Amino acid sequence: MSLFNAVGDYVRESQVWGSIFRHGVPKDRRTRAMAILSNVFLHLHPVAVRKSGIRLSFTWCMGGLTFFLFLAETITGVLLMFYYRPVVEYAYADIIALRAHVTLGLLREIHRWGAHAMVIAIWLHMLRVFLTGSYKPPREFNWGVGVVLLTLTLLLSFTGYLLPWDQLAMWAITVGSNMARATPVAGHEGPGAALLQISGVPLIHAGSDARFSLLGGTLVGPNALLRFYVLHCVFIPVVVTVLIAVHFWRIRKDGGISGPL
Amino acid sequence: MPMNPMRSMLATSEAIAAEHGPLDALKETINHLCAPYYFVPLTTIILMVGLLTYRRWTKPRMALTLLFAFTVFYVGSMLDHAFFLIIKKPDNVPITIMIFSTLFCIWLAFRQAAINDERMTRGLPLIESGADDKVLVWPDLVFTELICLILCTAVLIVWAILLKAPLEPPANPTNIPNPSKAPWYFLGLQELLVYFDPWIAGVLLPGLIIVGLIALPYIDKNPRGNGYYTFSQRPMVITTFMFGFGIMWIVLIVLGTFLRGPNWNLFGPYETWDPHRPAALLNINVAEVFWVVLPEKTGLWKPGVPTQASFGLPVYLIREAPGLFILGGYFFVLPVLLAKSVCKKIYAQIGLIRYAIFWLLMSWMMFVPIKMVLRWLFNLKYFVAITEWFFNI
Ligand code: HEM
Repeated sequence: MSLFNAVGDYVRESQVWGSIFRHGVPKDRRTRAMAILSNVFLHLHPVAVRKSGIRLSFTWCMGGLTFFLFLAETITGVLLMFYYRPVVEYAYADIIALRAHVTLGLLREIHRWGAHAMVIAIWLHMLRVFLTGSYKPPREFNWGVGVVLLTLTLLLSFTGYLLPWDQLAMWAITVGSNMARATPVAGHEGPGAALLQISGVPLIHAGSDARFSLLGGTLVGPNALLRFYVLHCVFIPVVVTVLIAVHFWRIRKDGGISGPL
Repeated sequence: MPMNPMRSMLATSEAIAAEHGPLDALKETINHLCAPYYFVPLTTIILMVGLLTYRRWTKPRMALTLLFAFTVFYVGSMLDHAFFLIIKKPDNVPITIMIFSTLFCIWLAFRQAAINDERMTRGLPLIESGADDKVLVWPDLVFTELICLILCTAVLIVWAILLKAPLEPPANPTNIPNPSKAPWYFLGLQELLVYFDPWIAGVLLPGLIIVGLIALPYIDKNPRGNGYYTFSQRPMVITTFMFGFGIMWIVLIVLGTFLRGPNWNLFGPYETWDPHRPAALLNINVAEVFWVVLPEKTGLWKPGVPTQASFGLPVYLIREAPGLFILGGYFFVLPVLLAKSVCKKIYAQIGLIRYAIFWLLMSWMMFVPIKMVLRWLFNLKYFVAITEWFFNI
């Protein structure tokens, strides 16, 4: 044990360690505060928090869980991108190959169940924020950021659902995207779309409406696969990342986790 | 809905009990109770009773008994082949997890609300009180987070080992599965397609949900209940939210997943999905009720749907005038009446603009159950059916 301690001390006193962690071992108030302040990630936290706010029975750690799941999705998602090509000819075969040949073939499982779990966790997070009245001033804006995150999370799940390109994927997305056909004004079967016409020629038809721009066609086909892939792997995750940063920043700026005044 | 559903239900289950024993009779009864016109009202009643008696059932012993009873019922149901087939679909496993975790979280929240409300009546401090005793994030919070992270990872890996991700045959545009279902978290919306056209169920209502949630903090001006669990200080808002989230979202998802089979027909949890059952529904619009059914029954005016434009109005406006009248009353006159009577206090508190937005959101939220009930009772299809414009409500 003394050898262990000796090595530990040696490492912690070395120049390398000291250059990474500018504070000493976090064992008193000052160094513990420094541990948070001098780390860009931990610095999303305040230095000190309300005791009641971090009780597990208050937050259920649901926001944190949502965030962890988002991280897990990002990591497994990047790994999945190594094996998967968003082309109709390859997509399904790539999933089969992933199952059969890739060591640690749990990637897809973790990614899929993580996505489901994230949807559940974010609903429960919203429920807890609602039931503690934490959306009330001064946290109205952050609640709004949260609602946008909720929408984007559902869209992330939805766009990902198509990628395996099996029957389940194709028809679930067909059912979902059929709704866009009925968008008021912008869908060719939506109320008001018939108003948009120039001397009898309709502007909104099956080849130009909201659904067409979502799918890149009138059917769930190759263009839809590519669009959903780009939305799923690039666009939505980037926006979610930015919004999570805003969300966390605002938690701090709004006075930390809520509590009775 | 059959003519005398209660009686026919009892009659069938009695007959089955005589022939196959009480278990099958019980299953038959539950199958019947799962029809939306029982299932949705029943769960709503359970929710309302739950909210009224939250101080009682949240007591740990009581809650445990309830949880135990529900679990026995749920696990026992799995012995039934038809139910098990649905439950064990890999993509439906999250729904089981959702049902249990949501119930648990609701209990946890209302237990603390009950304790807090009790303490407030006695003038004692809240569970969350003591805002001044701050603790350092390192180590208290950081370590809690680390433990959550590890647990979460472990659960995810175990889940992934136990349950393979589903993969069906390759996508085939010519082979349409029956039923075609959206991903489970959208099944509540898909269920609404039974009652509304896609522009309402798929576009308007989701849009209003998002807008409504964002607007919530600006409409609910009640300053109490900020930062702690309580029910007694904000009963109306919590009841509304629990109805929206619990019934109109979660219950409809359960309905859409477990109880909707081929052709979106309804199948009880213990019924086999028979793809050949015909969809038999004779629906009726308000226009037909007004122009045909009413005059035939009362003889007050001549039966017949108008087919001629008159008064300079296109024919569809005249035909749909009764429905437009009702909807106009509901969306635009009723809020004025309410503001002058029941909602006087709210109106005084939040003012004209907020009240208008409040009513826009509230009226649509209540329009969903209203239309459901009218469909169940009278087979009502549309209040207003201007098919020419895809404008059907
Ligand atoms: C990707 C999605 C989200 C992530 C990663 C996230 C993360 C978090 C975290 C870690 C917290 C700290 C307290 C806690 O764990 O409960 C928090 C608080 C909060 N969240 Fe979220 N959240 C998300 C979505 C949402 C949604 C959907 C809403 C509401 C509709 C919301 C509203 C709030 C509010 C108002 C707070 C402050 C609560 C308080 O101070 O007590 N968030 N969020």
